[in-house]
Amino acid sequence: MAACLPVSPDTHLRTRPVSRWVGLLPAAIAALGLAVLVLGTLACVAWWAGGFSALRVAEAHAVWFTIWQAALSAGLSCLLAIPVGRALARRRFYGRNLLISLLGAPFILPTIAAIMGLIALFGRGGWVNTMLTAAGLPSVSIYGAHGVILAHVFFNLPLATRMVLQGWQAIPAERIRLAQSLGFEAGDLQRHLEWPMLRAILPGAALAIFLVCLSSFAIALTLGGGPRATTVELAIYQAFRFDFDFGRAASLALVQVGLCLGALALASRVARSPAAFGAGHDRPALSPIGLSKWLWVQDALAITTATLFLLIPVALIVGRGIPALLHLPPDIWNACLVSLGLAVGSSLLTITLALPLAAASPRHRWAEIAAMLPLAASALVLGTGLFLMARPFMNPTQLALPVTLMVNTAMSLPFVVRLLLPDMRVLARDYDRLAASLGLSGLARLRYLTWPRLARPLGFGAGLSAAFSMGDLGVITLFSDGRTQTLPLALYQLMGSYRLDQAAGAATLLITLTFALFWLCDWIGHHAHSR
Amino acid sequence: MARSFCIRPVVAALAGLLAPMGAHAQDGAKPPVLTVYAPDYFTSEWGPGPKIEAGFEDICDCDLQFVAGDVLPRILLEGKHTQADVVIGLNTDVTARARATGLFAPHNEDTRRLDLPVEWTDPVFLPFNWSQTAFVYDKTRLANPPQSFEALLDAPDDLKIAIQDPRSSVSGLALLLWVKSVYGDDAPQAWEKLAPKVLTVTPGWSESYGLFTDGEVDMVLSYTTSPAYHIIAENDDTKVAAIFPEGHYLMAELAAQLTTTDQPELSQMFMDYILSDQFQSMIATANWSYPAIMKDGFLPPEFAAMPQPDKTLFYNETEAEALRQPALDEWLRAFR
Repeated sequence: MAACLPVSPDTHLRTRPVSRWVGLLPAAIAALGLAVLVLGTLACVAWWAGGFSALRVAEAHAVWFTIWQAALSAGLSCLLAIPVGRALARRRFYGRNLLISLLGAPFILPTIAAIMGLIALFGRGGWVNTMLTAAGLPSVSIYGAHGVILAHVFFNLPLATRMVLQGWQAIPAERIRLAQSLGFEAGDLQRHLEWPMLRAILPGAALAIFLVCLSSFAIALTLGGGPRATTVELAIYQAFRFDFDFGRAASLALVQVGLCLGALALASRVARSPAAFGAGHDRPALSPIGLSKWLWVQDALAITTATLFLLIPVALIVGRGIPALLHLPPDIWNACLVSLGLAVGSSLLTITLALPLAAASPRHRWAEIAAMLPLAASALVLGTGLFLMARPFMNPTQLALPVTLMVNTAMSLPFVVRLLLPDMRVLARDYDRLAASLGLSGLARLRYLTWPRLARPLGFGAGLSAAFSMGDLGVITLFSDGRTQTLPLALYQLMGSYRLDQAAGAATLLITLTFALFWLCDWIGHHAHSR
Repeated sequence: MARSFCIRPVVAALAGLLAPMGAHAQDGAKPPVLTVYAPDYFTSEWGPGPKIEAGFEDICDCDLQFVAGDVLPRILLEGKHTQADVVIGLNTDVTARARATGLFAPHNEDTRRLDLPVEWTDPVFLPFNWSQTAFVYDKTRLANPPQSFEALLDAPDDLKIAIQDPRSSVSGLALLLWVKSVYGDDAPQAWEKLAPKVLTVTPGWSESYGLFTDGEVDMVLSYTTSPAYHIIAENDDTKVAAIFPEGHYLMAELAAQLTTTDQPELSQMFMDYILSDQFQSMIATANWSYPAIMKDGFLPPEFAAMPQPDKTLFYNETEAEALRQPALDEWLRAFR
């Protein structure tokens, strides 16, 4: 081919499409892998079951409940994230960075620990009701649809807050300066700088949260107070475990994928690309303008409320397990090592796959869609499909760890890509032409342009995926060999054998290790490059 | 088969990276392997698995390997190519479906030796321990527990209980059948009365029991044998199972051997081992249940001293299968 090309000044123009395709190759491979993982496994289960089975009336209720609770949870989380994220962005106080990291903690809690923490605060015998009773007020119940929403906001407010905070931090100082010289008041600032930023970020955040809440299972059921709060994931579980109707499980999984694609389409219609005012010079952020006493009170209130709401349940759960830490069975330490190894491995793999996917997403919709797909996957159907795929070639129990690694990576990819996307869009818009004119491409571009500008979301993303991998029970159940134990599995096994004190100790250990890993990645992201 | 091609390189690559962690390089003559599928809880250090493995390997000159996970779904997916020689830990609610696969062979044991509270003549599924569903409470927190199922239904609505979802938990399903066997056609009315006392429904037993030990609920759906753990392992006699005169529903755990086994003698030997004195005398404190065969000394004294129901309720698999969907619909209606 190259020999046929005329040797002339426009050579590089002709070869560019080829090099662009080569550049897209990693993203394409990652996208294909995800499609196989989510859609391939689904097709595999349906094929094995001899087709999709019809759904039942009860399952239509489940679909409806799933949609509205997820939409409400996503909306509320995003709405509440605005005052919290804004307050954290424009205030400087001692321990601010640590608090920002700590506020991420609920998002990475194992489900069972989060439920127990919320119950310790809001349950019948929880702090809130104890105080209400002491004050002679009627008690409140956490059980019901509102409990499900509360729990989902508790889980997802940290993610939304972080995304909004990053948006605020990404507004170049030059624009604030320009706004100052134009005599902007807080209101003007909101209209011209903040609102366009939120418009670019919130739909993505809402989408991610909506999709997380879609597959909610234990939270919805336990805090929902009973079968009124039945989600699609529970229906899948029932079809799989109790009715052994794999065709219906596949149909239900298909419904989830449909909901995911619908939400993706909706979010992309609402989202606007970030306001195009041009890039800044990465000067340190200026002290914000137009801040009144009243806004100070508002910010203090937002930060305090969020801190109490997000951190008290975590503290209660961690505190309760401390006495049992010394009495944990020796097997637990081995499980710790396995979990840590999986977490580090999956976070490295996630970052490796997320970068090309996020880089391709601003121009190629398929990359974004593929990256979001795993959120629609049902863990049970995915695990079953993988099991059916792997079985002709080898004994699935030999694959317990690789499969766990693969699935954990896939499950955290949507969040990491989501976190990278806003900055990646800005990067493409503001620096593509400059980079092209300098001939900056490939690894050099990654080293000098992408990495410095994306270090923060990358660090946060790596921390998230490590944390997910630590806490996730995943699809290991069909692949388990009965010997390889992870920390969450040990926690459940302890609970299942009446050893609830030790289980509380294991939960404390799990949360502490998870948070340490998360914080480390986050810290590296913050300090890797002073931009 | 084409569907498998895309995953193969990925799987092979990952396996290459990580397989050494699971591989066993062994020299010399290997003892024959008996593969036993068991539920997750079975194989951990604090489950009954390790004791069973050690006990059987002492007598069999073989290598017993547990594979832990969703036992029956996995067998159904694998069909006649399954690696399993024996399964252990199935519940009574899945026998109909398991039997229909034709993959399970007779256990060849004399079921007259069994000491179950109901007559057990199943030639395929062999119970190795049993218990009954019961509501467990803390006597320091609940001074006047209901003395019968009827009293529970009539208790004030501020008595809060936690139960498990029959769509995701075997004990939850057992509660459906328990209510059905006590109340029959009046089951919907019974559920109407019980529903306001149900603080919440959890996906599994563990979450419910956690709510109970945290003091969030007054009573929890569990087993008549649950207090034994607290009495023996924790020296705590405050947890009590409420015994109802209407009777309690049987929960037995079962083992079976597969027709497809390549180790038929070992499998049969394992079935014999299940009913041996060694296995049966260890199961009470290893799995916190009554052994399927009762002899002197098989139960620790504290365990034997616990109150037992006079009446045990049980549906055979045909009846249970026929009742399951209607009972589930009644249950769902009560919570609407």
